[in-house]
Amino acid sequence: MSYQNHVIKDVIKFENSESDTSMEGKEAIVKIAKLDKPNKRRELTEKIIEAIFMLCALTAVICVATITIFIFWEGGPAIFEIGLSNFIMGTEWEPLADIFGILPMILGSLYATALAIAFGVPIGILGAVFLAEIAPVWLQRIVRPAVELLAGIPSVIYGFFGLIIIVPMLSDQFGGAGNSLLAASIIPTVISISETSIRAVPKEYKEGSLAMGASHIQTIFKVIIPSAKSGILAAVILGIGRAIGETMAVILVAGNSPLIPESLTDKVRTLTGNIALEMGYAYGLHQEALFATGVILFVFIMGLNLTLNLVTHKAGE
Amino acid sequence: MNMRTVKDTIMKMLIFLSAFITIGILVWIIGFVVTRGIKHINLAFLFTFPKGDEGGIFPYIMNTLYMILLSLSIATPIGVLAAIYLVEYTNSHPVVKFIVRVIRFATESLAGIPSIIFGLFGMLFFVIILGLSWSLLSGALTLSIMVLPTIIRTTEEALKAVPSSFREASLGLGASKLRTVYKAILPSAIPGILTGVILSVGRVVGETAAVIFTAGSAVNLMKNLSTSGRTLSVHMYILAKEGISFDMAYATATILLIIVFVINLSTNMLAKRLNKAV
Repeated sequence: MSYQNHVIKDVIKFENSESDTSMEGKEAIVKIAKLDKPNKRRELTEKIIEAIFMLCALTAVICVATITIFIFWEGGPAIFEIGLSNFIMGTEWEPLADIFGILPMILGSLYATALAIAFGVPIGILGAVFLAEIAPVWLQRIVRPAVELLAGIPSVIYGFFGLIIIVPMLSDQFGGAGNSLLAASIIPTVISISETSIRAVPKEYKEGSLAMGASHIQTIFKVIIPSAKSGILAAVILGIGRAIGETMAVILVAGNSPLIPESLTDKVRTLTGNIALEMGYAYGLHQEALFATGVILFVFIMGLNLTLNLVTHKAGE
Repeated sequence: MNMRTVKDTIMKMLIFLSAFITIGILVWIIGFVVTRGIKHINLAFLFTFPKGDEGGIFPYIMNTLYMILLSLSIATPIGVLAAIYLVEYTNSHPVVKFIVRVIRFATESLAGIPSIIFGLFGMLFFVIILGLSWSLLSGALTLSIMVLPTIIRTTEEALKAVPSSFREASLGLGASKLRTVYKAILPSAIPGILTGVILSVGRVVGETAAVIFTAGSAVNLMKNLSTSGRTLSVHMYILAKEGISFDMAYATATILLIIVFVINLSTNMLAKRLNKAV
């Protein structure tokens, strides 16, 4: 706007000046310059369009706010009615007797996630090292699409596979459910994000370390991975989020009994499983208790999101 | 051989083992499912209606397609416009900066929310409060919120990859900002945006938890926006959960895997074209 005002002022100055340009030339230049005068309608359109763009961008905020409000609105009262400590420390879940304690499910989710992390994270990080540092280009061209494909397999297929293969296998050997399946579903997440952060480590670090006489492997574990640690941490947090939130695969393989698991191979029911298994037929306080389970899950996830946000911001600096 | 070589060799073996395990899981799952499923797939399976435990999966394929079309036609425009705002229209004014930070955090949070929470929310908000009941529309609305972060993020990346000389040239020629975005920037960002859309298709196809509580699991073909019906993944889940027919489950899983494979292939091809263009 101010720029265009300047132009107009310049045009007027030019019109009144005593320059050497011939009269016709002067008129022509003024005509052209005036054609470009600010167009109110065009500016208004631009403003309106910008507002629409902004509104679309705010949709994400509105969605998160709405989801948070409604989940809390529906699940909050149940937590008050049952009592927060009864709800999250209660060891019994008997909807028919109006007893709602979700400690077994909280522990179930934590156990399953811990197992997934224990197997999935080391394999994922080493897999990322393989892709970023060890594998020759032709092998990368095979492995990377394979990892992407693994990431794209719907969780219900993981669950089905686990149900048919892993559950009978583990039952034969240990007599328990196959909740280690989650590990497989977080590997692709961990690999792709760790690989990106390993690749982002400045080349000089590696060169410096190699020049000092360290071997390639030493360089990877003593120099590269420590420099990439915030990216790798982000990968682990995302993996945890994925494992905690996983629903259908877990239901199919975890056995789902609402009891506190005592060993690695006990049947577990996760928070997500608790919601998905009973939502179809629950009503009244039972249904509200399921939403309250959703509230607890939501709080876990938001905590993870905040941590992730902090970690990635730190990485950005 | 000294300690260092021994250590190095062990670590190297572990790295190879990890890569091998990852590939092994993939090959195992695909090999296991496809070898058992492929023999049950024929034209009748794809194009007929189910009859009890047998018959085809035609309605579920169509339901999945409807779900993809509807949810993406809601999410794509919103996501793309949102990304345009985030990349092209922001400046360093403190208020704008704050808004952008809030939007970024919201988008990241949305991406981290588990699908079962989307299912709960969709059931409460769209199905019960808005009275849309278990239907195609409730399902598609829920899914469109779910895929929104994917579309926003990939479009943002695509817009950022457009060289700033395009913007400068267009603005310098006197084009308005809107015209610059529409004529100069968007066309070069199309492959990137398409990648986001295809990734979202993958999420819609694979989603179970959010769909089963919003679109229901009725055994029929969705005829309009307000009919309930199951998608392929929901069907797959019910087959596995109830143990109704494992043959049919293998075959359905194979179809799902083929879809996922095609999706991955096309995103990779797009990415290649994108890299060549830049």
